[in-house]
Amino acid sequence: MAMLNFERKYRVRGGTLIGGDLFDFWVGPFYVGFFGVTTIFFSIVGTALLAYGAAIGDTWNLWRINIAPPDLSYGLAFAPLKEGGLWQLVTICALGAFGSWTLRQVEISRKLGMGYHIPFAFSFAVLAYASLVVVRPLLLGAWGHGFPYGILSHLDWVSNVGYQFLHFHYNPAHMLAVTFFFTNALALSLHGGLVLSATNPPKGETVKTPEHEDTYFRDIIGYSIGTLGIHRLGMFLAVSAAFWSAVCIVISGPFWTRGWPEWWNWWLQLPIWS
Amino acid sequence: MITTIRNGLALVFTGLLLQGCWEAPPMESEQLGFRGTGMLQTSNPDLTEPKLAANVLPEPLAAVPVVEGGPTAADVYENVQVLGHLSVAEFARTMTAITAWVSPEQGCAYCHEGANFVDDNLYTKVVSRRMMEMTMAINSDWNSHVGETGVTCLTCHRGNNVPEYIWFEQDGPPTAGGMAAKGYQQNHAAMDVGSTSMLSDPFSKYLTAEPEAIRVISQTALPQRGDARHESSTQATENTYSLMVHMSEGLGVNCTYCHNTRAFTSWEQGSPARATAWYGLQMVSNLNDEYLEPLGPTYPEHRLGALGDAPKTNCTTCHQQVNKPFAGASMLDDYPIWRPEQ
Repeated sequence: MAMLNFERKYRVRGGTLIGGDLFDFWVGPFYVGFFGVTTIFFSIVGTALLAYGAAIGDTWNLWRINIAPPDLSYGLAFAPLKEGGLWQLVTICALGAFGSWTLRQVEISRKLGMGYHIPFAFSFAVLAYASLVVVRPLLLGAWGHGFPYGILSHLDWVSNVGYQFLHFHYNPAHMLAVTFFFTNALALSLHGGLVLSATNPPKGETVKTPEHEDTYFRDIIGYSIGTLGIHRLGMFLAVSAAFWSAVCIVISGPFWTRGWPEWWNWWLQLPIWS
Repeated sequence: MITTIRNGLALVFTGLLLQGCWEAPPMESEQLGFRGTGMLQTSNPDLTEPKLAANVLPEPLAAVPVVEGGPTAADVYENVQVLGHLSVAEFARTMTAITAWVSPEQGCAYCHEGANFVDDNLYTKVVSRRMMEMTMAINSDWNSHVGETGVTCLTCHRGNNVPEYIWFEQDGPPTAGGMAAKGYQQNHAAMDVGSTSMLSDPFSKYLTAEPEAIRVISQTALPQRGDARHESSTQATENTYSLMVHMSEGLGVNCTYCHNTRAFTSWEQGSPARATAWYGLQMVSNLNDEYLEPLGPTYPEHRLGALGDAPKTNCTTCHQQVNKPFAGASMLDDYPIWRPEQ
């Protein structure tokens, strides 16, 4: 594959975490590395297991394929392949693939002498997934508490688990997570809109500078967070959204078994007015 | 300023700790559906064990010998309208049991004035007679809900003159709109509906004579019209939700005890408990309508609600936060008179 003429000098050796220079090469535009190999391995094995699960399941309808976790009765043990064992193997593969991808991001960052902001941010998404299928099941004592792998089946699981707490919108961490997700979308759309508007002036005019962008926001809300700041804000909002999502599900069950509306009784019972 | 914030935070965190607003593993879980569907009941043994301990039946009173052809209570005593068919000994045993269940402190004097056991001069005697009829009706007509387990006075009373969990009508509808309106019976945490801010009195709508239908899931993809539209409105849905939270809290279970929430309406996907609960709703409406509401004029004022209505029953009255009162143990073998022959 063609390489841009300035690109070659960024393809530097070293910086690997494991494997020395064994896999320290590129295939076309893609850096391989040890974790590239493990990512491919876990992705292929995991996807193949999902396909096998679909093959022994009831349907090939993409929406309805369902790879379910084991019954609660298996606790934290391995289950037979067709009774949730498949789900356990797929979970191992998924964590292997996501973890490998994160570490590959670390290696590329090291090669380029960059900070670890990208793997740091990405690891929050992995953390959210791991909370659902590992942390919470461990705390509740059974892999059966994980969510099933299937487009519709995982939504059904989300619905039922939400209603296990009567009204999930009263979950304080869920409130924070939802707020961060929406604020993140708002900030990203404002930022995207601002950049596009500055770089797409009317015909015949020059592209506008960050000074224009700052002025726009100072005019409209009295403050501009600035070109670097908006990305710090974006990372904070996105990472917080993922973090509080993980918290909101981990506390549901292991640290609170009643309806979430009831949790707020501490507010009603504060010594100030009760 | 910083001190104020620090003190404020300290207060909040102290409050959090004092109120024990977090629980800790290990928890117990029960699976009620196919694996991975989330049809689960998760409970905290620290919370459920005291509840179960409070739901152990007391030792039954010693059985009295059956004397064939002996005198009945009606033969010996005057004004025995409901239990007159019992033998004198069984009648005395039943009265003793009721006293232990309903008025252990006041004893016989709670319903009978002095040595005069005949007259209906105390309202409590009139009410308890009607309650006996109600108990018998529940056990013979509502097997669809109470099964073979049945109920007795103790199921609700638990040693209290008035059962701990009852309900009254609340203030009427708002008299003005907008900012001047009253609370619309919502937007304040209401304990009867699990501290939600939804409708605080779903009982008047769904647990009285001619209850409103719980038909809030649209049957069409597009908005419905006519009566169906009214039935499945957002407000009706939230009112229903309020009732359902009450049921969950009253039974100490969550929504998935009865429903697979992917399709609330589907009987096939829900659990068998949903049918029992449905009959329970019919039963409670019937009891409020036929037995409890009509007792209003019998009660003295201090037993009535703010709007002058009689105390009424909901799910918590019997269940007391346990899915099966007394963990499903029946008293009817020891006190068979509460299930009269059909």
